[in-house]
Amino acid sequence: MNRRNFLKGATSLTVGASLLPLFKSLPAAAANNETAVVVIGGTINSLDIHRSGTNRDSYQVAINCYDRLVSFGTKQMPDGSLSYDYDNVQPELAESWEISEDGTEMLFTIKEGATFWDGKPVTAHDVKWSLDRAVSLGGFPTVQMKAGRLVSPDQFQVVDDRTFRITLPFASKLALPDLATPIPIVINSEVAKAHATPDDPWATEYLHRNPAGSGAYKVARWDAGQQLVYERNDNWSGGRVPGFQRVILREVPAQSTRRALIERGSVHASVNIPNKDAKELASKPGVKVVSTPIENCIYSLCTNVDFEPFKDKRVRQAIAWAIPYQKIFEQAAYEQGIPMWGGTSTVDNIQWPQKSPYNQNIEKARALMAEAGYADGFEVPLSFNLSHADWAEPAALQIQQGLAEIGIRTTIEKIPGANWRTIALVEKKLPLHLENFGGWLNTPDYYFFWAYIKGNLFNSYNYDNPEMAKLVEDTLDMAVDHPDYAPNVTRMIELAFDEIPRIPLWQPTLNVAFNDKVEGYEYWFHRQMDIRALKPV
Amino acid sequence: MTAALEKLRKVALRLLQAVPTVFGILVVCFLLTRALPGDPAAYFAGDMADAESIEEVRRTMGLDQSLPMQFVSYLKDLAQGNLGMAISTGQPVTAELANRLPASLELTLGALVLSFLIAVPLGVLAATRPNTWIDHLCRFLVTAGVSLPTFFTGLALMYVFYYLLDWAPAPMGRLDLMFLPPEPITGFLTIDAIIAGDWEVLRAALAQLALPTITLALFTLAPIARMTRAAMLQAIASEFVRTARAAGLSGRRVLVTYAFRNALLPVVTTLGMVFSFVLGANVLVEKVFAWPGIGSFAVEALVVSDYAAVQGFVLSMALLFVALNLLIDVIYTLIDPRVGEEA
Repeated sequence: MNRRNFLKGATSLTVGASLLPLFKSLPAAAANNETAVVVIGGTINSLDIHRSGTNRDSYQVAINCYDRLVSFGTKQMPDGSLSYDYDNVQPELAESWEISEDGTEMLFTIKEGATFWDGKPVTAHDVKWSLDRAVSLGGFPTVQMKAGRLVSPDQFQVVDDRTFRITLPFASKLALPDLATPIPIVINSEVAKAHATPDDPWATEYLHRNPAGSGAYKVARWDAGQQLVYERNDNWSGGRVPGFQRVILREVPAQSTRRALIERGSVHASVNIPNKDAKELASKPGVKVVSTPIENCIYSLCTNVDFEPFKDKRVRQAIAWAIPYQKIFEQAAYEQGIPMWGGTSTVDNIQWPQKSPYNQNIEKARALMAEAGYADGFEVPLSFNLSHADWAEPAALQIQQGLAEIGIRTTIEKIPGANWRTIALVEKKLPLHLENFGGWLNTPDYYFFWAYIKGNLFNSYNYDNPEMAKLVEDTLDMAVDHPDYAPNVTRMIELAFDEIPRIPLWQPTLNVAFNDKVEGYEYWFHRQMDIRALKPV
Repeated sequence: MTAALEKLRKVALRLLQAVPTVFGILVVCFLLTRALPGDPAAYFAGDMADAESIEEVRRTMGLDQSLPMQFVSYLKDLAQGNLGMAISTGQPVTAELANRLPASLELTLGALVLSFLIAVPLGVLAATRPNTWIDHLCRFLVTAGVSLPTFFTGLALMYVFYYLLDWAPAPMGRLDLMFLPPEPITGFLTIDAIIAGDWEVLRAALAQLALPTITLALFTLAPIARMTRAAMLQAIASEFVRTARAAGLSGRRVLVTYAFRNALLPVVTTLGMVFSFVLGANVLVEKVFAWPGIGSFAVEALVVSDYAAVQGFVLSMALLFVALNLLIDVIYTLIDPRVGEEA
């Protein structure tokens, strides 16, 4: 086959990692109906989401190349753009499922005719092997599985080739949605086992480079540090056939270069662009920017209660009253996102995130400081993660000015991304810092579990309140239509706003820019590009 | 024959002298990477990992052992040519270096050749015609090259030649999207394309090279042009040139054979220095043009405390420096008339 014939015969080609698509000269513009080019700023460092060390950008391989038992449906946002729908669980590999009366048994029936790329039918044995792997390998996959109450291989049972049972220790509303996250992918266990070794029983070395799935796209080529080429799997049974035959994912580290590329129309999409660019590009002809509020995520200022002055609730409230929210929203968020301040003084709904009752009111803040015995203020370092400098730096400067008005003198400390986790989240020793936690599973109690329970990772401010702990424990697995659910969540929000260890600034957006040749983009909680939904205009 | 043997012996001796240096660099680099703040195990375990899984990652990375033990196992691996895994990119360090070093070398060598071709004639002309327009042009270019940061020049060139004029291809790495790289033999795309006889790919590779090369050349031009001008001025003012002129030799001969050949020595030294400096320092150019080079690899690795990757980078650079110094000494013996006569 010569290179030019390849283009004609591309659809019939089975592509392995070594058999490369031999296209030779095919400008992006000429190939608009076949090929899409997507640029990202990060890098893909593994094709296996379960492997330790796999970074966030690599999750998209799990999304585009593998199937899960279930997925989420689609909903339309107020601005007309599309988003996944957390409340609407849809089949992916499973054609149907039944949940027992007491909620502790889930019985999945796998789609008839679902096959892996090599033609082997997807069986319950593959599902079991894959879920066993996710709970056994440790690291992030195991933690994420645990969020859905999936902790041990004993919970996964093969009933017959097409029937698979999951047993839960107790009923939980988080179990089914957790199966739709990128983690519980179904791997071709025969291929994987053939490459497993006694030292590496889960074939991490093999699957790191060679995905073996049933998903909508196969990996045609991976040049680490440069690009990933997806090739459509025309036999995909997980959903609607994707619009593009081929998607090239290029890694372009410099933001200004990515912007030039999308403005010139050389690429179809640029993922995760900064707020500033989102605002400016929106008015350019030929470029379309989709900004979707990130669910269950709030950019916040956190006050560590281990720091002496912050032990007093009134000091934390004073800070919440001293922040110039509107200026931050203009200069750090470029007005992309949803304000999270200036709400009502009482909590009357359980929508989350919701506006805090605070606003900038220096008088009130000063009074609270005086009441707490800090009329003269104090000194405190204000830290942020250098990897988030695009929004955190302007926000920190504004906060610094606001706090100066009530006598709190801050010095800004920028902490490199690699150290951030250890210092801020594990050792939890930053007195005052900016934080961006967002929960994958979209319920308020899940957010409170990670951010307001002593010892949990995103409670980087050592907040500890027995009432909150009890509420979260009671509510986390509770069905959302349980009579206690709404009152419990309301109380959690009331506590969070009154005690205010984490001061909400705004709900951020995920911004993606497109040229005019592509449509169909859908926002997902994992914030990666789901290329399966894209199609040519 | 004996002269050749003598030369070989000298080269071997030089190489032998480099061994303790390289070993010292290994030790220092090993200790320095460990002294970096931050916990790579926590970082690589991922955002949501718990203490248990962090420990597990620490064990698989071998970081739970004592420092001397870690160093011994590092040396053992090294003896077998195994530089370890670069966790930040998920590839073996040797594979990363094999892919990225040629990319950086191609860019750096291209830039150096270009700047050499421009800077040396410019420096010579500026020296022979001081305070004329060409001298001013030289001064302007040198000042601009030194004072403009490379990322700025890169972005400016990209803006004009890609964004506004659309002459340059999309700045997305070493080869335009739709070209298939030739069979890797040297790792230099241009050379591999020539070997494969694939002229279209050669053209595409050169087109991608153009802007980053010019950016880097502008930067490297300054020290070379300055050094050439200064060395030429000195050579022209020296006694042997006056003697040659007095002996009635033609102006051209005096300039080329006597003055220029002598002036070339410091220029070659500068060239070596600039080369080794730029190879590591063209990170910004690599970032702007999405060039998969060694500089951006090293910086990324350093940021996330990816020990194996940083050590591999430092080691390869150390070896490259040793080789480069040797090469420059050899070039000296070729162009320095005095060294030549002694041999």
